[in-house]
Amino acid sequence: MSFPLLTATAALPALGAVATAAVPAARRTAAKWLALLISLGTLALAITVLVRFDPGGARYQLTESHTWIRDFGVRYELGVDGIGVALIALTAVLIPFIILAGWHDADPLETGNRRWRPTQGFFALILAVEAMVLISFEATDVFLFYIFFEAMLIPMYFLIGGFGDRAHAQGEEAAATQRSYAAVKFLLYNLVGGLIMLAAVIGLYVVAGNFSLQQIAEARASGSLHMATSTERWLFLGFFFAFAVKAPLWPLHTWLPNAMQESTAPVAVLITAVVDKVGTFAMLRFCLGLFPEASRWATPVILVLALISIVYGALLAVGQRDIKRLVAYASISHFGFIILGIFAMTSQGQSGATLYMVNHGISTAALMLVAGFLISRRGSRLIADYGGVQKVAPVLAGTFLIGGLATLSLPGLAPFVSEFLVLVGTFTRYPVIGIIATLGIVLAALYTLVLYQRTMTGPVKPEVSTMPDLRVREVLVVAPLIVLLIFLGVYPKPVTNIVNPAVKHTMSDVQKKDPKPEVEAVK
Amino acid sequence: MEKLIALLIAAPLLGAAVLLVGGRRLDRVGHWIGTLLSTASFVIGLLLFADLLGKNAEHRTLIQHLWTWIPVEGFQADVTFRLDQLSMTFVLLITGVGSLIHLYSVGYMEHDERRRRFFGYLNLFLAAMLLLVLADNYLLLYVGWEGVGLASYLLIGFWQHKPSAATAAKKAFLVNRVGDMGLSIAIMLMFTTFGSFAFGPVFGHVDGASQGKLTAIGLMLLLAACGKSAQVPLQSWLGDAMEGPTPVSALIHAATMVTAGVYLIVRSAAVFNAAPDAQLVVTVVGTVTLLFGAIVGCAKDDIKKALAGSTMSQIGYMVLAAGLGPIGYVFAIMHLVTHGFFKAGLFLGAGSVMHGMNDEVDMRKFGGLRKYMPVTFITFGLGYLAIIGFPGLSGFFSKDKIIEAAFAKGGTEGWILGGAALVGAAITAFYMTRVMLMTFFGEKRWQPDAEGHEPHPHESPAVMTIPMIVLAVGSVLGGAFFSIGDRFLKWLEPVTGHSEGHSPVSAGEVTIATMVCLVIGVGIAWAQYGRKPVPALAPRGSLLTRAARRDLLQDDFNHVVLVRGGEHLTRSLVYLDHSLVDGVVNGTAAGFGGLSGRLRRLQNGFARSYAVSMFGGAALLVAATLLMRAV
Repeated sequence: MSFPLLTATAALPALGAVATAAVPAARRTAAKWLALLISLGTLALAITVLVRFDPGGARYQLTESHTWIRDFGVRYELGVDGIGVALIALTAVLIPFIILAGWHDADPLETGNRRWRPTQGFFALILAVEAMVLISFEATDVFLFYIFFEAMLIPMYFLIGGFGDRAHAQGEEAAATQRSYAAVKFLLYNLVGGLIMLAAVIGLYVVAGNFSLQQIAEARASGSLHMATSTERWLFLGFFFAFAVKAPLWPLHTWLPNAMQESTAPVAVLITAVVDKVGTFAMLRFCLGLFPEASRWATPVILVLALISIVYGALLAVGQRDIKRLVAYASISHFGFIILGIFAMTSQGQSGATLYMVNHGISTAALMLVAGFLISRRGSRLIADYGGVQKVAPVLAGTFLIGGLATLSLPGLAPFVSEFLVLVGTFTRYPVIGIIATLGIVLAALYTLVLYQRTMTGPVKPEVSTMPDLRVREVLVVAPLIVLLIFLGVYPKPVTNIVNPAVKHTMSDVQKKDPKPEVEAVK
Repeated sequence: MEKLIALLIAAPLLGAAVLLVGGRRLDRVGHWIGTLLSTASFVIGLLLFADLLGKNAEHRTLIQHLWTWIPVEGFQADVTFRLDQLSMTFVLLITGVGSLIHLYSVGYMEHDERRRRFFGYLNLFLAAMLLLVLADNYLLLYVGWEGVGLASYLLIGFWQHKPSAATAAKKAFLVNRVGDMGLSIAIMLMFTTFGSFAFGPVFGHVDGASQGKLTAIGLMLLLAACGKSAQVPLQSWLGDAMEGPTPVSALIHAATMVTAGVYLIVRSAAVFNAAPDAQLVVTVVGTVTLLFGAIVGCAKDDIKKALAGSTMSQIGYMVLAAGLGPIGYVFAIMHLVTHGFFKAGLFLGAGSVMHGMNDEVDMRKFGGLRKYMPVTFITFGLGYLAIIGFPGLSGFFSKDKIIEAAFAKGGTEGWILGGAALVGAAITAFYMTRVMLMTFFGEKRWQPDAEGHEPHPHESPAVMTIPMIVLAVGSVLGGAFFSIGDRFLKWLEPVTGHSEGHSPVSAGEVTIATMVCLVIGVGIAWAQYGRKPVPALAPRGSLLTRAARRDLLQDDFNHVVLVRGGEHLTRSLVYLDHSLVDGVVNGTAAGFGGLSGRLRRLQNGFARSYAVSMFGGAALLVAATLLMRAV
């Protein structure tokens, strides 16, 4: 038996979480370093996965399979395709930066209490989330996926509810109330989604007799497993609903702005750049893979909802007064693009959507983490409390601008490639939707540049006049992300190479072919 | 030789990277690094030019393939450069004028503490602009297209502590993004029509495409061109862009970037030739803009804004020419190049005036400056003669050709377009004479400023005047050099094609008509601003004058409809998202399971216990399953 690489990739952060939580209260700094090292070790394992993965090989690779609950046909079954590999890499890359950016976010306010260990808890929870996200990207057994898809909510709940920005306009008590509201809202929305999915998972078992993604897909393709049209559609809706809450798709999006504004910037990045990606990833893998007919049936409605997300999220972002809320609504707009790309059912759309998940993760991390550094200096999330920061902290302003330019998909930076692919992939099949979605690029410029103008330019506000520029630790967080954004902007081939074959499989799952260009059709 | 093409871009890109990342330690040499790398790019351009000249006219195309940029099933974008006569012309203009303006900026920005950064942005601009004209497919062109937009944004807002500068920068980027939407859609249309957006495959298969698709592609490209080249209806950003330092106005907002729209249309000649409806719209846009810009230029008292109106109008001429098809392509580009010389020179002259006048821009506070700044006066004066089309100078040759071509379009259209172009020539003569008279002639009208400092106008240092002199020489000789023996026509024809058209009027008649217009324009201006003293405060003016001072009210329209309307829309959406969407979703859920009641209870401290119980449940589940496995 070969080394269980996928298990190891997820097990390392899981064990690391336990170890970090066990570090004594007085050894706070040791806990931080331990967590960072674990996340770097996980990154090394993820890179090994990336290297071992052969884009030209089988659909699912590095597979592991063990019987788990024999009576229910539940198996511990792991395997990755190109889409999974890309997202595993994204997760493993981002977590070290999230940890480094949140280095001081969970330092206890009073050091007297010797048994109080918030720092250990904070970093342990982040690692726990990483472990569960990784398993979700690897699981090819529906039940296994479901368990971790749901279990993820627990550490996330504590991260949102337990840790927030230090200074708060209405005082610590009000902050705690708002935080717990946001955390509960996050939990309930996702739990409801999860419960509906659970019903669908059970329904799937009743119909198919097992939970294996590959077995079910093969049985359906060969005709040995027949599913009534209405059954398939109901099951699809059950899965899709849970993923649409997580992604989040309009109108199920309202938990995200609350969750992102109340949590610390690194946790906000964890939510939108990592955890939410499980939703869009699962749409590609489970909705399209298990229920191709129902996916095609639901496409028109989903495309319209995605289009609403794009425009609505962007317009709402323009109207925000809170920096983090603004980024949250921008993300809603971006998730609209991802879902649009998935359900446009073209090669360009789906490759673009996968690339979009990766690029959105990096660009949002860059923008949000710098925003977090900014907020920690002034103790306010309100845009109106800033002004002229460029003059006093040029490096901070410069990196913030680059993060913003990535968010508005400036050509030359990574998000442009994915956004254009999604647009062109949508346009070839649905020209009107493609054109309306293009409005998103104008609105993105509006909310990003307005944010930059109000916070960074103009006369220096007295409250920001003594603001220090980025520290070494902060530069270490942002600089590599910017390098990645530029690199993947001019040379996205390493990612598209591993993603393309997987997309080809998905396209054949749903039995769709790309529309032919007009001139060739004439010939 | 084609290996050198990438170096054209790499040199200024390296400069931008070094200057922007290098930090304070480069403050003392940064401007020279920037100028050096810009000049290096120019020298490489000359080498390539010599190489092209050594080849037959048909073989003057160099292709350099670097790497595959975006490979996705059925979709491929490459990083490939194409150097032909058209892009070569631009390369020399961009790097040549660009290097001169780098040199000028060494003096102009001497006292600015962020000079290094300024040069970094200028180099970034050069790299992006070169990418724009060298790209071999539309998607790569798009990268340069937005890259110059970014550089323009950074440079307009260079003095970003001034709210007006920051606002102007944002506005420029946003209006350009509307144009970019056009470019995006055009590329998507090309992809669905041709399965590609590289120049070769698109231009080669135009015959197989439907008329409707080609017209749509043409119109979307025009929308893009309107944004970048400040053509009606996307012209509103250019006047505000004058908030940037004057060398920026000269390089980006006069000589090079704003002409990118003309490049785009001429480059896409194959598409436009096959889409006459789109061409007609192009000529209409050009004609409207050439009059619009000229009228605005007449009313501005701010010297830079008057020149900005003029730029808009001159690009209108180029767009008009480009819309005429093979009759006009060559002359569009020829006017673009000569305009690059004289308008850059005029802006540098204006900058020199401001440099000597404590950054004053109001021409009503100038007057009689010819005595104080002789070099500026002479170089500006030569630029002035060139732009109004004084016989023998460069504007005379290039603009005259466009007016001829407009008549040659034939039919009623020809008469309308040609007539409008003639009227434009008269207005050009008027507003430029006005600028000249108000700035350099008459009595001195400057006053001490609020702190009692009286300006002491003086000539600028040599580092600034040398570029002005070089550009003035170009403004005087360029047109004649290009036109004698139809040099420029023969050079560019293999790329753009050329046809003569059937003009109802002879070339001589057009020239005479143009001269009459010129004399009328100059005469009226002389009567108003030369014979009579210029009032220090602007008179109320006619309805048209007042509207022209406000950019013919287009900004007011934008403000009321787009800005106010948009604010109302987003505000109501923010409200609705909170009260309606959130409420309905929560309410629906509550209907199913008493969610809201539970939500309230959870908020009162039950949340933790709930989550703990959930965690406990999960743990139980795991334990149970493990147990079952063991059994």
